[in-house]
Amino acid sequence: MTKVYSQIAIALAAGFALVASGAGSDAAAQNRGGILKYIIPSNPPSADAHRESTFGTIHPFAQFYSVLLRVNPSNPASTTDFKCDLCVGDVPKPTDGGLKYTFKIKKGVKWHRVNVTKNTPAETAKWSKAIGGTELNAHDLVATFKKLIDPPKGVISNRKAFFSMVESVTAPDDFTLVFKLKYPSGAFIPALALPYNFVYAKKILDTDMHWYEKYVLGTGPFKFVEWQVGSHIKAERNEAYYWKGQPYLDGTEAVFAKKYSINMQAIRGGRAYIQFRGFPPKMRDDLVKALGKKLTVQESDWNCALFMTPNNKVKPFDDVRVRRALSLALDRWGGSKYLSKIAIVKTVGGIVFPGHPLAATKKELEQIAGYWPDLEKSRAEARRLLKEAGQSNLKFVFHNRGVDQPYKVVGTWMIGQWKKIGLKVKQRVQPTGPFYATLRNKKDFDVSMDFNCQSIVNPLLDVSKFQSDTIASNQYAGFQDATMDAMFDKMNRSGDPAEQRRIMRKFEKRGLDEKAYQFITLWWYRIILHRTAVKGWKTSPSHYLNLDLANIWLEEPLLSAK
Amino acid sequence: MYQYIVKRVLLMVPTLLGAAVFVFFLLRFIPGDICELRMVGEGGYVDESALATCRAGIGIDKSIFLQFVDFMWGFVIFDLGTSMWTGQPIGYEIGLRFELSLQVAIMATVASVLIAIPLGTLSAVKQDTWIDYVVRGFSIAGIAMPSFWLGILIILFLLIGTQAFLGEAWMPPIVYVPIWEDPGYNLSMLIWPALATGYRYSAVATRMTRSALLEVLREDYVRTARAKGLLEKIIINRHALKNSLLPVVTVVGIEFAFLMGGLVVTEQVFNLNGLGKLFVESVLNTDYTLTQALVMVVVAVFVLVNFLVDLLYAWLDPRIRYS
Amino acid sequence: MAAPDIQIDSRLEDLAERPPLGVIAADLVRRQPLGAAGLFIVLVMIFMAVFADFLTSYDPELNAFEDMHIAPGAEHYLGTDQFGRDILSRIIYGAQTALIIGFVAAFIGATLGLVLGVSSAYFGGRFDLIFQRVMDVFMAFPLIILALALVAIFGQKVENDVLLVIIAITIPFVPNCARVVRSSALAIREMPYIDAARALGYSHARIILCHMVPNVMAPYLIMVTAFVGQAILLEASLSYLGLGVQEPTAAWGLMLQGGAEEYAESAPWIAVFPGLAITFAVFGFNLFGDALRDVLDPKLRRR
Repeated sequence: MTKVYSQIAIALAAGFALVASGAGSDAAAQNRGGILKYIIPSNPPSADAHRESTFGTIHPFAQFYSVLLRVNPSNPASTTDFKCDLCVGDVPKPTDGGLKYTFKIKKGVKWHRVNVTKNTPAETAKWSKAIGGTELNAHDLVATFKKLIDPPKGVISNRKAFFSMVESVTAPDDFTLVFKLKYPSGAFIPALALPYNFVYAKKILDTDMHWYEKYVLGTGPFKFVEWQVGSHIKAERNEAYYWKGQPYLDGTEAVFAKKYSINMQAIRGGRAYIQFRGFPPKMRDDLVKALGKKLTVQESDWNCALFMTPNNKVKPFDDVRVRRALSLALDRWGGSKYLSKIAIVKTVGGIVFPGHPLAATKKELEQIAGYWPDLEKSRAEARRLLKEAGQSNLKFVFHNRGVDQPYKVVGTWMIGQWKKIGLKVKQRVQPTGPFYATLRNKKDFDVSMDFNCQSIVNPLLDVSKFQSDTIASNQYAGFQDATMDAMFDKMNRSGDPAEQRRIMRKFEKRGLDEKAYQFITLWWYRIILHRTAVKGWKTSPSHYLNLDLANIWLEEPLLSAK
Repeated sequence: MYQYIVKRVLLMVPTLLGAAVFVFFLLRFIPGDICELRMVGEGGYVDESALATCRAGIGIDKSIFLQFVDFMWGFVIFDLGTSMWTGQPIGYEIGLRFELSLQVAIMATVASVLIAIPLGTLSAVKQDTWIDYVVRGFSIAGIAMPSFWLGILIILFLLIGTQAFLGEAWMPPIVYVPIWEDPGYNLSMLIWPALATGYRYSAVATRMTRSALLEVLREDYVRTARAKGLLEKIIINRHALKNSLLPVVTVVGIEFAFLMGGLVVTEQVFNLNGLGKLFVESVLNTDYTLTQALVMVVVAVFVLVNFLVDLLYAWLDPRIRYS
Repeated sequence: MAAPDIQIDSRLEDLAERPPLGVIAADLVRRQPLGAAGLFIVLVMIFMAVFADFLTSYDPELNAFEDMHIAPGAEHYLGTDQFGRDILSRIIYGAQTALIIGFVAAFIGATLGLVLGVSSAYFGGRFDLIFQRVMDVFMAFPLIILALALVAIFGQKVENDVLLVIIAITIPFVPNCARVVRSSALAIREMPYIDAARALGYSHARIILCHMVPNVMAPYLIMVTAFVGQAILLEASLSYLGLGVQEPTAAWGLMLQGGAEEYAESAPWIAVFPGLAITFAVFGFNLFGDALRDVLDPKLRRR
C-alpha cells in the first residue's frame, strides 16, 4: 500500500511542478485556436444567472457575458483583488463620504452577432440581427442592475439582499454609470463583483424580462452557437472581444454530466479536458496514475463548509450540554487526515473561511469545544455532559442529503465518531428537494447535515447563518439569540479589521462552544483536474469564480484535437 | 376487427387519464418544491420573496384543485406546457430525448432477440444436457447482475483495455449525434448500453423461446415430420421455430415498451441524454409538469406497443381472430 | 384450461416432508440441477444471515480509518473499504439486509397482489374493468421511478432506512402480481365448484379465500421467488441513485454505490465483491424460481 501511495505522491508532485511551470510560462505567447471541451456536473435550470443560484448556470453561460467587476483572472485566489471588466481603469473609490460610486464604461464593447445556423433559436437570431454589432452602453448596465436590485413583479433576483444599500443606479451619459448608496458599505464592491451579475441588453429586457432565461446574447469572450438542453452547449470565439487578443480559443464545448465518474472518465478518455467544479481525492489519485504528466492537479481551500446542525427545538437537543457533547465527540483533526483521502473536505476551521485574515488561528481554534488538541479529554467531557443530561444512551437519526460527496461520506464518519462515545445513530437521507423541505420546516429531524457555500469570500456576510432564524432564513438549527444578532451587526458596521476580528472571535466562541447552536465539521477542499495542455487558468476558492474562459489557451496535442 | 381496434383505442383513454391523475397526486405528496430546490439547494442565501415570486411564476402557489384543473385542461388541448426546471417547452425537452431512447430501445431489442433465439433454440434442442444448463445459467446471470454494475464494468474495461492496447484510453462519446449525421460516432456511443441492456433483457425471451419450442416439439406434426425421416435441423428451422415464435413476439414487444422509459439506471451510467435520465432528474427536481408529461408519454408508448403486439399476434396466428 | 391440479399441492408436500432428506436432495439435483444450485445459493445466503455474528469477528459498522483500502489478504479475506471496514463482514451482514428487504417486500407485495387479483377476477364486471385499467397504469410506470417517488414522499416521516426501502419497492410489486394472479383466477372462476359454492350461499370472502386462493398458489409462489431477486436488485438500483439503505447499515447495494465508481480501479475489491454477492443472490433466487415454475406450472411439467 505504501508503495502505491508513494507512487501517487511522486505523480502528484510532478503535477504540481507542472502547475508551477505553467504559471511561469504565462508570459510566453499563448497559442490561438482549438476547442476547449469541458464537462459540467449539472444540468442548468435556466440561462439567467440573475435568478439562479447554481454553478450549473455559471459554468456554461459565464463565457457569453461581460460583468462590471470581476475577481482578477490572473489572481483568482485572492479574496479582495477585484478588477474592472466593463469599466475603465481601476475599481473606483467612493465619493460623497462613501455614498457615491462613479464608473466610466468602456467604449467599443459590441453585442454579439451570432452566426445563424439551423440550431440557432429564432429568438436569438432575431435579436442578434436587431442589436448585434451595436455598442453596449451605460443604459444596458442600468437596466441590468435595476433588474438585479429591484426586479419588477414576477421577475426573480435571487441576490437582491446583497444590494440593499443601493439607493439608485443611473446613467448621466452613455458611458457613465453612477450608484448612490443609502449608507456607506464595505459589502458593496464585493456585491458588484458577484459572478452572477451578467450584463444584459436594455432593448431585450425592455421587451421581455424573461428572455434571458431561455436565450443567450451578450458581449463576453464567446458567442452562442447551440444549447441542447440536458446535453451540451457550444460556443465560438467573439472576434470583436474588447480585451485585445482574447479569447485564445476558437470555441468551447461543454457537456452536462452529473456523475463524477463520467466526469473523470471523460477527462481520462479525452472527451473533456477540464471540469471546473472539483473531484474527490481518490479520483485524483487514479487519474494521476492513469495520465501521468498529461494531467495537472490544482488544489485549493473551498469557500464551502459542512455544518452539523442539531434541532435546537426538539428534545434532548434543546439542552446545550447534549449539543456540546455532539461536537466534542468529533475528532476534527484526525478526521481531516483520513477524510481528505476519501472526500472533498480537508481543512479544519471555525466559522470563517480558513486562510482569511478574519479566520481563527490554530491556537484560537483549539480553545473551542470540539477542536481541543486532547481527543481523550474531549470525549471524556462529551460522555460526562451526556451523563449529566441523563442522555448516556442517546439514540437518534442523523438526517442527511442524498449526495455522496461529501455529505454522506462525512455523515458516515460522524456516525462512527458518535459511536465512540456510546451514541447509537442511524442515518436517513433524502433527495435534495425533500431534504431542504425538512430542514426548513425545522420539525422532522433530530440532527442534520447542512452546508454553506458562497462565491466571493466575504466572511462578514458568510457567517450570517449564525444569526437568529427570524433574521437568517437559512439558519435551520432553530435558535434565537439577540446577542449573536447584535454582534453580527456591530461587526458589519465596523470599519476596523482588528475590531471585526475581535468581535468575530467572541461570535464564534458563543455560537460553536458556549451556546453550541450548530457546528462546522470540516471545510471543503477543491481539487481541479485538467489536461496539462490546458493553460492559463488558475483555481480559486470558489467554483463560481473565474469562468469566462477568455484567458485559457491550449497546447499540443489538444490544440489540434478534433 | 375494426370494432376491436376502435374498442382498444377507446380503452387507452381511461388508462392515460388514470395515469395522469395518479402521477399528479403522487408528485404533490413529495415534500418541498422545485423553487426551494433551486434557490436553497446550493447553500447560499435564501431570499424568501424570490421564492414566492418563483412559486407564483410557475403557478405552484395555487390550490391543488386549480393546478389539477389547469393540468387536465392542458391534457384536453394537448398542451404539455413548459418544464418548471428549464422553462423550455416540454415537447422540445422530450423530443430531444425521445430519439435517443427510441434508438437504444430498438438496438437493445434487436440485440436481445439475436441473443435469445439462438440460445433458446440451442437450449431446447439440447434439453437437460450440460449445454442447456450453461445457456440457461448464462441468460439468468444477465438479469441477476445490477445493470449499473455491468455498465461500470464495461466502461472500465473499455478504458483500461484501450489504454493497454492503444496507449491512449478511449471512452465512448458522451454527446449524442443522430445516426444519420454520423453513424460511426453514434454507434460507438450507443452500442455499449444497447448490448448491456440487450443481454439483460434476453433472459426472459430465451426462456420463452426454449419452453415454446419444447412444447411445439411435442406436437403431433413434429412427430410426423420426424417419422418421415426429415433432418432434425429442417424440423427445427422450418416447422418448430416458426410456430414457437408467437409467445416470443409478445415478450419482446412488451420489453420494448418497457425499454422506452425504463433505461433509467443504464442511462445514468453511460450519461445518455435520454428519457430515463430525464425522468430521474425531473422526479428528483420535483418538476411537476415535466414528470407528468413523461409519465403520459411512457404510458402511451406502453399501451400502444401492447396494442400493436396484440395485432401482430393476430396476424401471425390465423387461429386468433379479434371481434 | 385443465382442471385445477390438486397434485400441485401434494407434490410440494412431498418435497417438503418426505424423509430422508438425502434422497430428496439427490432427486432434486437429478431432476432440476439448476434449481438445486439455486436453492443451495439461497440456503448459503440464509445461513450467512442467521449466523452472521459467529461468522466474522469484525464489526461491520465500525470505522477504522487506519485500515482503509487494504487489499484482500490473510487479515481481511476480501479487503477493507474506504472507511476501513472489513468487506467480508459487511457482505455477511448485508445478507441479513438483503433477505429482510427481499422477503418482506416480496411477500407483502405478492400477497396484496394475490388478494386484489383474485378479487378482481371473482367479482368481474365493472370492478374488474376499472381494476385492470388501474393495473395498466402501474405496469407502464417504470418501477424504479415509482420507487424513487415513494422514497421522496415517505422519506420525511419514515426514519428507518430499511423500512423506507421496503415501502418503496413493495408497492410497485402489487400490480405485477395482481395481473398474473388475475389471469389464472379468471379460469377458476368459471369452474363448476365455484358455482356450487355460490349456490350454497357462501360469503364472497369465503369463496375467495377458501376456494380460489388455494388454486392460484402456483403463480403466487412463482411471483414471490421472482420478487425476492427483483427486490434485491431494486434496492441496489435505488442505492445507485443515492436513495437506498443508508450508512452505516451493511447492505450490498450501498456498498456498491459508495465504492463502485470511485474505487473501481484502484481498489476493485470494494466494487467487485458486493456486486458478485448481489449477482449470486439474485441468480440463486431466479434459478430456484425457474425450477419452481417448472414444477408448479402444469403446462410445462413433464413426466
